[in-house]
Amino acid sequence: MTVKDAMDLLGADVLVGEEHLDREVRSACGSDMMSDVLAFSKDHSILLTGLCNPQVIRTAEMLDIVCIIFVRGKRPDDTVLQMAKERDLVVLATRHRMFSSCGMLYEAGLNGGAA
Amino acid sequence: MADVITLTYDISPDDFTRAGEASSDVKSKLKQMGVPPEAIRKVSIALYEGEINMVIHAEGGRITVEISPQRIYMVLADKGPGIPDIEKAMQAGWSTAPDEVRSLGFGAGMGLPNMKKYSDEMNIETEIGVGTTVTMSVNIA
Repeated sequence: MTVKDAMDLLGADVLVGEEHLDREVRSACGSDMMSDVLAFSKDHSILLTGLCNPQVIRTAEMLDIVCIIFVRGKRPDDTVLQMAKERDLVVLATRHRMFSSCGMLYEAGLNGGAA
Repeated sequence: MADVITLTYDISPDDFTRAGEASSDVKSKLKQMGVPPEAIRKVSIALYEGEINMVIHAEGGRITVEISPQRIYMVLADKGPGIPDIEKAMQAGWSTAPDEVRSLGFGAGMGLPNMKKYSDEMNIETEIGVGTTVTMSVNIA
């Protein structure tokens, strides 16, 4: 699916990276612990998180993640969004909670990547 | 031994917002140099975890990265409190990070294990009250 498909499924708003919504995404991971994302993420294209600090953007950068989805209605501040912009990331925000968001994307064909 | 490029970064203490700037810079330089993506990925993750550790536990320090055609060699030196029990610190899930750090998304006890996992060689020298030096290298295949 594309980032746009994920956005529609979650009824999400795009905060940054509107020009990259056609990017292809195949797998995702969801966590509020960036250490765990760094430990277990492999070739993920989407990161779902409820954590809103600059380290989310850096973690995505280190792992070449293309899209960050903030769940539970969280919205990072402008500094964080600016960092995302500089790194060409797409940032979405959804009102759905983590479990529901992951479930909707999984059901639609995104996988969790290699164990 | 020509073509060795050395990068040096001073890591400021207690500035969690800036933690990761050095790793970010190293990553973009390696990309420019045309280093294979898998090696860049390993260096990025290992170095980023190390940099976060220096900010959380050690009041900052200095990172030196040597890039040669064969490998990327990283030295992370701090004058922090030292690691009392390296064996415990290497266990996945074991952490001494305060709750404040956990609320920032770190302190899951994966820092050192991740650094070991993503580097081809890692060594820790530590002395209580003096500091810790972690060296890591990633081979360029």
